[in-house]
Amino acid sequence: MPLPEVTLDTARSLGLEDREFEMIKEILERTPNFTELSIFSVMWSEHASYKNSVKLLKTLPRDGEHILVGAGEENAGLVDVGNGLACAFKIESHNHPCAIEPYQGAATGVGGINRDIFTMGARPIAQLNSLRFGNIEHDRTQWLMKGVVKGIGDYGNSFGVPVVGGEVYFDKSYNTNPLVNAMSVGVMKHEDVISAIAKGAGNPVYIVGSSTGKDGIHGATFASADITEDSANDIPSIQVGDPFMEKLLLEASLELHKTGAVVGMQDMGAAGIICSTSEMAAKGNSGMRIDLDKVPLRQENMEGWEILLSESQERMLVVVEKGREKEVEAVFDKWDLNCKIIGEVIDEDRLYFYRHDELVADVPASVLVLGGGAPQYDRETREPAYYKEYQKFSIEKVPEPEDLKEVMLTLISNPDIASKHWVYEQYDTMVGVRNMSTNMPSDAGLVDLRGTRSALALTVDCNSRYVQADPKTGAQIAVAEAARNIVCSGGKPLAITNCLNFGNPYNPEVYWQFKNAVQGMGEACRRFNTPVTGGNVSFYNQTSINHKVEPVFPTPVIGMLGVLREKNAQMTIPFKNKGNMIYLVGKSVNDIASSEYLVSYHGIEKSPPPYFNIDEELKVQQAVRDLIQYSLVRSAHDVSEGGLFIALVESGMYRGLGFDITTDAEIRTDAFLFGEAQGRVVVSVSETRETEFIDFMVRQDIPFFALGHVTKGEIRIDDISYGFICDMKKEYDSVLERYLEQD
Amino acid sequence: MKFGVVIFPGSNCDQDTVYTIRDIMDQEVIELWHKDTDLQDVDVVVLPGGFSYGDYLRSGSIARYSPIMDEVIRFAKRGGYVLGICNGFQILCEAGLLPGTLLPNTNQKFICKNVYILPDNNKTPLTAKLDKTRPLRIPIAHGEGRYYAPEEEIARIRQNHQILFRYCGKDGVISEEFNPNGSMDNIAGVCNETKNVFGMMPHPERATDDLLGNTDGRLIFESLVKTLEEKKFSIYN
Repeated sequence: MPLPEVTLDTARSLGLEDREFEMIKEILERTPNFTELSIFSVMWSEHASYKNSVKLLKTLPRDGEHILVGAGEENAGLVDVGNGLACAFKIESHNHPCAIEPYQGAATGVGGINRDIFTMGARPIAQLNSLRFGNIEHDRTQWLMKGVVKGIGDYGNSFGVPVVGGEVYFDKSYNTNPLVNAMSVGVMKHEDVISAIAKGAGNPVYIVGSSTGKDGIHGATFASADITEDSANDIPSIQVGDPFMEKLLLEASLELHKTGAVVGMQDMGAAGIICSTSEMAAKGNSGMRIDLDKVPLRQENMEGWEILLSESQERMLVVVEKGREKEVEAVFDKWDLNCKIIGEVIDEDRLYFYRHDELVADVPASVLVLGGGAPQYDRETREPAYYKEYQKFSIEKVPEPEDLKEVMLTLISNPDIASKHWVYEQYDTMVGVRNMSTNMPSDAGLVDLRGTRSALALTVDCNSRYVQADPKTGAQIAVAEAARNIVCSGGKPLAITNCLNFGNPYNPEVYWQFKNAVQGMGEACRRFNTPVTGGNVSFYNQTSINHKVEPVFPTPVIGMLGVLREKNAQMTIPFKNKGNMIYLVGKSVNDIASSEYLVSYHGIEKSPPPYFNIDEELKVQQAVRDLIQYSLVRSAHDVSEGGLFIALVESGMYRGLGFDITTDAEIRTDAFLFGEAQGRVVVSVSETRETEFIDFMVRQDIPFFALGHVTKGEIRIDDISYGFICDMKKEYDSVLERYLEQD
Repeated sequence: MKFGVVIFPGSNCDQDTVYTIRDIMDQEVIELWHKDTDLQDVDVVVLPGGFSYGDYLRSGSIARYSPIMDEVIRFAKRGGYVLGICNGFQILCEAGLLPGTLLPNTNQKFICKNVYILPDNNKTPLTAKLDKTRPLRIPIAHGEGRYYAPEEEIARIRQNHQILFRYCGKDGVISEEFNPNGSMDNIAGVCNETKNVFGMMPHPERATDDLLGNTDGRLIFESLVKTLEEKKFSIYN
């Protein structure tokens, strides 16, 4: 079949801008053919080129004492975690595929992020995920959620990496466009890092793993457009996952590295062969000559451009030292993996692709990639009208509830707050026997670094309602909360990866959210000394139904890595014994803004983010770290969604213990119990250490407050009984099931 | 005691099992590759959990035909000790070394959580040293763990003390409420008639490390090791 003629219209239909078409003609000094145009269209798509975000991303702090490989240098960032070990970690979105085909969309998202980690030479030892769905009462939400959770589970369970943390939220802004962000964390020795580089003219280039089919062609372009009513027609853009093949690739990759014959390796993700060939070549200032006829195909009649763009999963590109092919092939053979030499490295910034003995594409490698010739844009911003409106909120206008018990039940049965066991029990959370949080839950997932005295502390966090209310503050809070979770588990925050989920960047109001969120995140990361090691931007998360576009809440998810230098110093959430004293570390504020309480009980959605002061936050976190180090506390849990009350319930329910507390008379009771002011941590203290605890705290320049004590099971506030913790737990545990298991 | 842990390409609990037996139980362990045909004189073969060959068909149905399984079957039939955990249990059922089969969980979902199991008798090496009244907290992680066998078969294995463990509550109560996957009679593990081949869905190797806050699984490995050492001792004397 003859390929379409290339005109400006062809370029437009492939999602290229007019000026980009001009740029391509200038670069090639001729009109590209259809194969070449397709190459540019995927490599210059938002998904692959970050053209609308990279300028802002460069403003994020990327250096620090622990950073071994910085953002953008390799497939994932690399952080020194001590004992000669390095940690590779990254979070990525798979939102658009999940909106159309939740099961495969989520499964291949998990596959992709794990491949990023092990092709660097690190064995993945932990996964986390951050999920957002629409209104849980909708059938579509339930269908999406069941598919996504099953997809993540089936892939990760088979691949064999435990899920050690995550978050799930519901909001109507995600009704048709769920967010599915998956994070993988791997560990290796410093010297074992494998680069995604192609160099050394004459070195053979292998394709390894699955055969190439027509699945996922233009997936990167698909991810760079709005989800519409017609998106279901894009189902061929969705790939299908094979976790068994991925497991073989993992074991073979790590074994391959030991041969010392590997020059470079990269997984094939978005934009398939064209992406890995151009990125590896550009990194090595080299090029490649590739014979597409050699690529093992899953189906007949595939054109050159289809082979180049296919996003068939579980494939990698490996460059090997010439003359050592046998050693490498022996490893692939051991694992029964299909591998084929498809070309060689050349000493020229050029990619030559052949199909049926004809040169079908001839393009420079460097112009295709981010940081090379791919375009970079500044986008227009405009403060959205809602922003000022949200700030008009005043707590004075909100009546105090007469029945606190009713508020408590509303919060406990709020799907954002209730137990997520329906979700995480479908994931293997224990394989690898390193997950220290299974039997002793902490605010962050703790993963044993066997053979050392340390453990990793991992968390994903973002309250997108806060970011919607004020992108700058909201993003700062996301970083602060992630750090707080790591600190409350006894760890020290080291670095972050981020997944920035926003609407259409060509919408100035969306871009205003994006710009402010990135700024806020950068400021917070500087203050917490947690540089950004990489991540992913996902734009176009919005739904256009009947020509009305509604962006999702701006959702910059923070995946934070920390380390526990002494793993025996793990701090956990649960209260330990009846009679232990309960304290609140941090300032109580007369604030209910953007709280679950304000939204779900009062139905008020328009308010600014909750109280947040980054200086106070840092002091609170430092104090909590010291308290844990000096063994002055027996439990620690940060105050987040649902406020102090929910933090207390969560601390008590694990061992069936209750609490008897007194509220602060200076502050509205609803704000004290249910407000979500930041920078607060609930700790319990044994009677024998209480004096020392108080002595320590009075020396700190931060407020703390004696709440009361742990009870055998009763919940008492200001001398009124609110029942027993076991009843709260029963409700807390059954909420999601009630929605998702109805017949 | 010399253990051999079989590694199928899709095994993912192999290293956990090796770690437990070697580092925690302090026993010798070798790794046996699925393409091997030599069991290297091990005393016990362990088939670990995972997804042996992807298990896209029916769990364990392909692994059963791997080169090493011919040897394992021969070994078992000669009286050699074989322990299958999770996917290993499924493979042993597929291979006909254990009675019954494992069907998809009744809720049609993968389930990973701590459960309690009660040793059914002390007449097998795996359970000989266990307290029949003390429930063990052991994690499960499977999508196909619903033990099924025809009624007569169940009656027979019960009669012959081939039921190793049954799912129970924290206090040892055995009832449908504590049956996580719909297994017949709450059965969590069984052995063959001659009591040298054992299969269980729960993962004892996930409950052996002090650091993880649960060491109930150690008791099961200890029972096996101690009983076999005693037997060995009695044979040689």
